[in-house]
Amino acid sequence: MARTVISVENLSKYYRLGVIGGATLREDLSRWWARMRNKPDPYATIGQENTGNERGEIWALRDINLEIKEGEILGVIGRNGAGKSTLLKVLSRITAPTSGRAVIRGRVGSLLEVGTGFHPELTGRENIFLNGAILGMTKAEVSRKLDEIVEFAEMSNFIDTPVKRYSSGMTVRLAFAVAAHLEPEILIIDEVLAVGDAAFQKKCLGKMGEVASKGRTILFVSHNMESVQRLCNRGILLAKGQVEQMGSVNDLVAIYLRSATVDCGNGSFVRTAEHTRQSLDKSTISGIRLRHCDRGESTSFDVWDPIEIDFLIRHPSEEPIHDESIAAWFCINNSFGSPVLSFFQYDSEASTTRRMGDWPSIITARINALELPPGQYSISCGLFSFDELGKREIVDWAENIAGLEVGWRVADGRTFDQRIGYVISRCEWRIAA
Amino acid sequence: MTSESNLHEQFFGQEHLTVIEPYKGLFDLKLRELWAYRDLILLFVRRDFVAQYKQTVLGPAWHIIQPLLTTVIFTIVFGRIAQISTDGAPPFLFYMAGTVIWGYFAGVLQDTSGTFIRNAHIFGKVYFPRLAVPVATLMSKFIGFAIQFVFFIGFLLFFMASGANVAPNGALLLLPILLVMMAAFGLGLGVIVSAATTRYRDLAVVVSFGVQLYMYLSPVVYPMSSLSEHYRTLMAFNPVAPILETFRYATLGIGGASVAELTIAAGVIFVVLAIGVTLFNRVERTFMDTV
Repeated sequence: MARTVISVENLSKYYRLGVIGGATLREDLSRWWARMRNKPDPYATIGQENTGNERGEIWALRDINLEIKEGEILGVIGRNGAGKSTLLKVLSRITAPTSGRAVIRGRVGSLLEVGTGFHPELTGRENIFLNGAILGMTKAEVSRKLDEIVEFAEMSNFIDTPVKRYSSGMTVRLAFAVAAHLEPEILIIDEVLAVGDAAFQKKCLGKMGEVASKGRTILFVSHNMESVQRLCNRGILLAKGQVEQMGSVNDLVAIYLRSATVDCGNGSFVRTAEHTRQSLDKSTISGIRLRHCDRGESTSFDVWDPIEIDFLIRHPSEEPIHDESIAAWFCINNSFGSPVLSFFQYDSEASTTRRMGDWPSIITARINALELPPGQYSISCGLFSFDELGKREIVDWAENIAGLEVGWRVADGRTFDQRIGYVISRCEWRIAA
Repeated sequence: MTSESNLHEQFFGQEHLTVIEPYKGLFDLKLRELWAYRDLILLFVRRDFVAQYKQTVLGPAWHIIQPLLTTVIFTIVFGRIAQISTDGAPPFLFYMAGTVIWGYFAGVLQDTSGTFIRNAHIFGKVYFPRLAVPVATLMSKFIGFAIQFVFFIGFLLFFMASGANVAPNGALLLLPILLVMMAAFGLGLGVIVSAATTRYRDLAVVVSFGVQLYMYLSPVVYPMSSLSEHYRTLMAFNPVAPILETFRYATLGIGGASVAELTIAAGVIFVVLAIGVTLFNRVERTFMDTV
């Protein structure tokens, strides 16, 4: 029976947003002076009373209990703000918990970023030693693995060149190479695989899988469900700072993708606070509705079905308060959480990006044929704004706001059997006479 | 302990056991942990030293040029123009002695006071005992001091050969103690400031200016003997004063401080260091929540 290497007991972490203190001594002094005279806090945000939860108090983690056994590869999943990163930061000792405790047996290496502490003036070789030491390796350990690291990074020719002369790709490769050769008993990884080119990422994942097979324990956070599923066997699903569920990673990913949506029936979905990145003074998408062009509202469609998606837009006020234009976008994600298709309103004729005030509250996107293989999908959507120069910026982003299912049937009655690939497309076959 | 567990330790090393708990305020230098990260500290020292003078024309020569120029200016301004007493020692040596040892203290204080702000990006991503950074600063500044000290000794020998009235003596054996005191005081004040700057960014601005003012509050450009009785009593609260005086006594044979004065200074320094490290450890655990 494998022994427990990480045990977390009632771990909580509490943040006070905004009122942590002024950035300058002057502000703190005048705040103190105001308090002495029973005047209101001069730096409190207008309309915000300093009482209870209005103060922006947040339990980033709340009573987390967790046991991780030796050799386990645990995936941590959850929406933005669910507490994933905070959990890893507490376990990496970057920040202290508010209450509770965690006991870790073994050397911990945490990889919340690659290339931490790289110094541009130092050579590649010097940076390997420095970065290795920052990550917790001894000099002897790095020396022993130096050749392997240099070879892994595929850059033996440039190893004595200052890093500032490297391209960004080379720097990332070198940083990864050091990280991949880290061999602590427990490895904590947060989202770092998001950078770097795909082939190199794969090489790193392979290397980490190798490390794991040697009985090391890995804690892994990623938004990419595919890499979580590939690397991990067990997982925890976090929501609002609490462990919502533990179990096999495949089950959790399915639950996670489904739980993200608030289905009101009739193909309608409402936006909730959990679909983050919403700001109050900008226009936002408040909900979406899925429709089959012939059959009406629905969430299940068949391959090749024509569908329409209505986006309900809520404006901050009747008056146009920002002198900027906006346009909508959405993307369709597969069951691994990877986007497979994305659509931008400004690609189309209807992209007469209008001033916010004249915006309708509903805009509709029509897809003539849903060219997706059968399976579960989710939709993320949002709004762009454009400044006078036409530079666009995402002002609203609702992640996984809706779910839809593509069935096996094809319109003419045949079935669409399982096949490989992420998208499908019509194709005409000819037989030479 | 049974031989079996000894064997286990021999093969697998001591088991690392980390307990993560809410912060408990204690004066803890974490020397054991710092020792475990000694390779990192040495690499930081190397980085500071190597990176500091890359792409400069004169490179490490700056270690000499800086104090030398300062000494020359001091000799002209305070020695020639203001004609402040140097207790009978050659003004050049008097000011160089002061500049060299004060420079070590000022350098440590200035650099360590930026610990959190300058390393925020690293501290937010990976754990190592945060004190490794100021400790590395202590060491890299020490290299600079050693170079300057060797030059100072060179000048001292030159002046002695040309018949100047200076008398280096056995008190030089106290030098390691004086350096440890200077380093500890610089580190103590530096980490207090670095912990405070996480909350009040203004302090970062005040430091370089404050260090300069502090120099004039310490007997760097004047000897203690030039002070009136009243000011000399006030100097008892400045732990740098007896260190400077003792350093000049050991190298030039002038001035000097009593054992009592040095002991009081050591006591003050210990208290400052204790406060500094306690604050530092506290900030270390929650710093990332406030930036």
